[in-house]
Order: sequence, then structure tokens, then C-alpha cells
Amino acid sequence: MKIIVPVKQVPEVAEVKVNEETGTLIRDGVPSILNPFDEYAVEEAIKLRDHYGGEVVVMTMGPPQAKEALWKALAMGGDRAIHLTDRIFAGADTWATAYTLARQIKKMEYDLVICGKQAIDGDTAQVGPEIAELLGIPQICYVRHLEIDEDGKHVIAHRETDDGYDVIKAKMPVLLTATKGLNEPRLPNIMGIMKAKKKPLEEIDAATLGVPEDDLGLKGSPTTVRKVFPPERKSGGIKLQDVDAKEAARQLVEFLAKKGAI
Amino acid sequence: MGLIYDKEKCTGCMLCPKVCNFGAIEKDGDKVKFDLDKCVLCGSCEEICPEDAIGIERKTVDKEKIAEYKDVWVWCETAEGKLRGVAFELVTKARELADKLGENVIAVLIGHEVEHLAEFLIHQGADRVLLVDDKIFADYTTDAYTIAMVTLIAPRKPSIVLYGATNNGRDLAPRVAARMALGLTADCTGLDIDDERQLVQTRPAFGGNIMAEILCPYTRPQMATVRPNVFKPSDRDTSCTGDIEKVEVKIGANQVRTRVLEHVKEVVEGMKSVEEADIVVCSGRGIKDPSNLTLPQELADLLNAAVGGSRPIVDAGWLPPTQQVGQSGRTISPSLYFALGISGAIQHCSGMSSSEIIIAINKDPEAPIFEIADFGIVGDIFEVVPAIIEEIKKLQSDR
Ligand SMILES: Cc1cc2nc3c(=O)[nH]c(=O)nc-3n(C[C@H](O)[C@H](O)[C@H](O)COP(=O)(O)OP(=O)(O)OC[C@H]3O[C@@H](n4cnc5c(N)ncnc54)[C@H](O)[C@@H]3O)c2cc1C
Ligand SMILES: Nc1ncnc2c1ncn2[C@@H]1O[C@H](COP(=O)(O)O)[C@@H](O)[C@H]1O
Repeated sequence: MKIIVPVKQVPEVAEVKVNEETGTLIRDGVPSILNPFDEYAVEEAIKLRDHYGGEVVVMTMGPPQAKEALWKALAMGGDRAIHLTDRIFAGADTWATAYTLARQIKKMEYDLVICGKQAIDGDTAQVGPEIAELLGIPQICYVRHLEIDEDGKHVIAHRETDDGYDVIKAKMPVLLTATKGLNEPRLPNIMGIMKAKKKPLEEIDAATLGVPEDDLGLKGSPTTVRKVFPPERKSGGIKLQDVDAKEAARQLVEFLAKKGAI
Repeated sequence: MGLIYDKEKCTGCMLCPKVCNFGAIEKDGDKVKFDLDKCVLCGSCEEICPEDAIGIERKTVDKEKIAEYKDVWVWCETAEGKLRGVAFELVTKARELADKLGENVIAVLIGHEVEHLAEFLIHQGADRVLLVDDKIFADYTTDAYTIAMVTLIAPRKPSIVLYGATNNGRDLAPRVAARMALGLTADCTGLDIDDERQLVQTRPAFGGNIMAEILCPYTRPQMATVRPNVFKPSDRDTSCTGDIEKVEVKIGANQVRTRVLEHVKEVVEGMKSVEEADIVVCSGRGIKDPSNLTLPQELADLLNAAVGGSRPIVDAGWLPPTQQVGQSGRTISPSLYFALGISGAIQHCSGMSSSEIIIAINKDPEAPIFEIADFGIVGDIFEVVPAIIEEIKKLQSDR
């Protein structure tokens, strides 16, 4: 089974702070990690390969340092990596990202493409379905359990819905997005980490990809960010400390009643 | 922009005329020919062609052409023969946007035996309902719903299309966006029209640490998924009138490539959905033991609220996964949110920071949840919550 896993390097959002004056993100010194939802995708791909044979190719589009995310995925057990890296790719929105990744994937052979449900920096959950559409293959999003049918040609997936889950069958090739519950991603061991940097890692730029500049990066992005700003801070949130429980409860209920909230 | 047909590659398999909803493709000898006056570039033929002989180039829309795109559309999701709450919220919001633009609100209703729902959408403020009703839409499938949406959008040229940011909405919208080469803004919490008549889409990013205003200047329609519960639906007015237009969409059985074998409901009998409730009482690790969950349940029952949990208590199996609030659970924005014994990790907050009023009760005065709380009480939930229950009971009996 040939499996492609697009992964993204993201800042550890829990460490991101906002500059209160400018309202911009302080990213300096914030560690970068492999997007947690992509770990589920990598883990599932490795398990399938170990069972059915084949190959796991991890790929990312991102700046030079995004290689670290590829190394992590290789250390977990990926076989080889592709790094789409070029300044022209910078500033891509979900459409331009999906377009770039899909152009590369189209040149490859695959049975499955497994993405994470969403990247924790933008939280859009759009790149996966957009890749699927651009490849012209079906998609199953928010997969939390996966089986390969006995015929070896179909997947049977549990897709999370708003009320529970749907059991869905589709013929490969198909694109899945992985969510919590699919598996327990392994931590790479020392052997894995040492081997990772020796595994093949191919770098591809825009010219090699063969896509006109107008379709890539900021230029190829239909959305533009007009401005970013800090969320409205609740002005003068109330905080009661060292107040006896009864009194605190009384004040809270009075507050809620006044607001018409209860 | 245009249709590209590679006659050399075409094998004359005749799949494409079968899926064209606009009668734009005809047999022409052992190949096909396209009637470009009828073609709306919906992409069905491109999708079905096994030989890659058909390509569609779509990109930006010329400035002069942008004015051709009119009306605010809402994809109105149904579940089990009912409209989801977010459909009403979005029709109300669409009404407001359309009034600013001087345009119409069009509700898109796709499903099986859903015609009776159309009038609710008109009473909610829609000028017209586009109804696509067929057995093939009984289950939500990405493929069938995408074809239906694109078939509706391509010839009618709306300026805005809104989707609820539910699991299905976030599955469908990017698929439509990619097929039509459109920008799409995810999980918006604010929508407005600017001086240039553009849709200003506001959304949180980085776990709610920052807000971004996003525009789609050169593509039409402008599309967004919108977080449920953020906009409040107006009262329905049964005197509103509007028309219902039935549209037939041809879909070949082999165009739907996923099959729904089973729907499994995990909603526990009597447990309210955190996404739909107006008030949510959420417990964290501070609740200590599953037997203590009777306490938040009692508070919730008093307020007609839903109970939710942070990830650790859902992972422990104390509450079902449907009740988890946060990045790997549900994103909610009720009008009132209680955080009981929750520290306020960013992954939790990103799922609830757009709640209208946030109440936090935590022993630890340094807990980050207090930074976003409107009303925080530093104290023990096992003392404070029973006292709150007492106070509310008092208030309710006084009324
Ligand atoms: C990729 C990823 C996704 C995640 N997704 C989610 C998600 O969707 N939802 C989510 O919730 N988390 C999520 N998390 C986990 C998140 O980082 C936190 O670990 C989690 O939210 C903490 O839950 P908690 O607040 O209940 O527990 P804790 O952090 O342990 O906090 C418990 C709090 O209870 C207080 N407390 C204890 N006893 C009492 C008492 N008697 N009275 C009052 N207060 C008391 C303590 O002071 C403490 O602040 C995710 C993490 C990752 C890495
Ligand atoms: N730059 C990228 N490179 C590779 N994969 C990506 C990239 N951006 C997003 N993805 C994939 O798409 C998923 C959803 O991302 P997003 O739509 O940004 O929330 C991620 O979990 C990844 O699997």
C-alpha cells in the first residue's frame, strides 16, 4: 500500500503570546512542533504499511526549518520525505497550499492520502478536502477508526459527525483526515531518530514543480488577510478571591440575573 | 477562464454528457462537443472524465464582472428531517448582510423529503428557497452535495455563500471551493459588509489568541463557514413570503464514491448537545471523580443547560466524546459558559472563547481560565457550586 501523508510544522500554540501593544503574535522563541493531528495521520500510515507492505511518504510545503517536522515523521517510521520549499510558496492560503501539494501528489502513485484533521495554527481543516478535490478522489474527513476491507481495495472508516459517527465505505484511492481516537501516536525512539536523517529527503522548488508563479503562494491565494487584531479583552472581568462561597455565589447569581443570562 | 477539451485524449466514452446538468455536451462523431453558451464551468465533466481530457480554468473574476454576482446564499443543513439550528442563525445573518447590499437571501435546501422545511426558512427571512430533493441526498455525502451546490452556484452567481461550521459544513465547503477555485474562510465568528461591498470575514486563529479579518477580493462567490451559535436567529415571522424553486440535479450513481453503511448516534439519551445549548456547564479535572458529576448536572438541569467536559475527563470516559469542548472536541459559543475546575489550557479555550459570558470557578488563583472569564471565583467547586445552586433556586422561586 502506498500512502502519502502531508504534514505541517506549527508553532506550539500554547506558547504563543500576543504583544499587547501591537496586537501581533510573538513567535520568537516559540518552539515548533509537528502538528498534533498529523501525528495521528503518520501513525496510521505506518501501521498500515507494517501490515500490508508498501511505502509511507511524508511531505510538507514550508520554509527550510519545516524539515524538522519531516524528520519527526521519518523518526516515527516514515520511509521517505518530500519538502516543497521555495520563497514563492510563502504566504499561501488553504487553496494555494492545497494546489501546490496536489500538483506534487499528482506525479506520484498512491492508494491513500492521510492528512490531519486541522493544523492547530490556522484551525481551518480545509487543506485536506481541497487536496482531495484537486486530485479528483473521494474524501472521508474526521476519521477516528479505520479498517481496510477484506478485498484490499476499499476502506471502511468511522467518520465523526455532530451526533456520533458514520460508518463509510469507499474505494481507494481516497483521502482521509485523521482526528483524535484514530490511534495513539508513537514517540520516536533513539534508533528512529538516528535513522531519520539518513532517509531520503527530496527538496522541490517551484520551477521543478512546474507551476506558474501566479498560482502559488501569496499571488495564488484568493483570500487576503486585511488585518489581525487581539480578541476583545473582556473589560474588567470580575474576580472574587477570599470571598466566602455563599457570598461569592450570591454575587455571581446577582451578576447573571442583571445580565439577563439566567 | 474557460473550458479546455483535449480531443486527442478523449476516447468517446460518453460519460460526460450523462453528468452535465446544463445540456452543454453532445455526442459528436466518436467524440463530444461542447455548447459553450450553455456551459457554466461547473466541473462535473472534468470530475468524471477518466482520461483527463477535460480541464477547467477558473481563477479570478474581472472587476467589472464582480457586479454580476448577487445575493447572499445559505446552505441550510438538515439532520433527520429537521433543519439544524445554525441554518436559522445564518439566514438571519444573511438577511442583515443582504439588506446592506440591497440583495436577496437565498436558502439552499438539499435533502430527501425536506420540502416541508422550506417555509420555515422563508419565515426566517429568506426571499427564496432553492430546493433540491431526491433520494440520493438522504444521507449526506461529499460527492452528491458538492455536485448539487456547484450546479446551483455556477449559473446563478451568488456573491456570498455561507455554511454552518459543522462537521458536514466543513467537509462540503472546501470541496466546493476547490472545484470552483474560490477563497474560503473557515469558522468565522464575525461577518460584515465594507464600503466596497466586500464581505469582511472575522475569525479566531492561534487558538483564539488573535483575530483575523479576511477578504476574497478577486473571486466570487465569497464563501465562509460560520461557527454555530455565534449569531442569534431572529423570531420567525409567519407573515413573511417568498418563493420555492425546485431544482433537479442529475447525479450518476457512480459519481457518489462513498457509501454510508451506518449512522451511529452517540448522543446519550437525555444528554443535551453542547453545540446547541444556550448554556453549557463544563467540568474539568477538578471534578476529581465521575460520581461528582451529579453536581454540574444538577446546576445544568436548573438552567436547562448542557453538561460538557475538558479533554482529560472525556478521555477518562466520564463523559461521552460528543461532550468534549476544545480543539479536539467541539467548538461552541453559548451565551453562558461555566468552567468548573478547568485550568484553561489554550486547546480548551479555543473551543469556547467566543462564548458570550464566561464564568470560572477554580481553586488556583493563577489558573489561565481567569484571564478570559467575565466572572471568576477563586474557590472550591464543591463549596461554591452547591451555593450557586441554592442561590439560583431562591431566585427562581422568587420569580
Ligand atoms: C493537540 C491537543 C488537543 C487538545 N484538545 C483539547 C480539547 O479539545 N479540549 C480540552 O479540554 N483539552 C484539550 N487538550 C488538553 C489541554 O492541553 C489540557 O490538558 C486540558 O484542557 C486540561 O484539562 P483540565 O483543565 O480539566 O485539567 P487540569 O489542567 O488538570 O486543570 C484542573 C483544574 O482544576 C482546578 N481544581 C482542582 N480541584 C478543584 C476544586 N476542588 N475546586 C476548584 N478547582 C479545582 C485546578 O486548580 C486546575 O486548574 C488538548 C491538548 C493537545 C496537545
Ligand atoms: N503546508 C502544508 N504542508 C503539508 N501539509 C499541510 C500543509 N498545510 C496543511 N497541511 C495538511 O492539511 C491538514 C489540515 O490543515 P489546515 O487546513 O491548515 O487546518 C494538516 O493537518 C496537514 O495534514
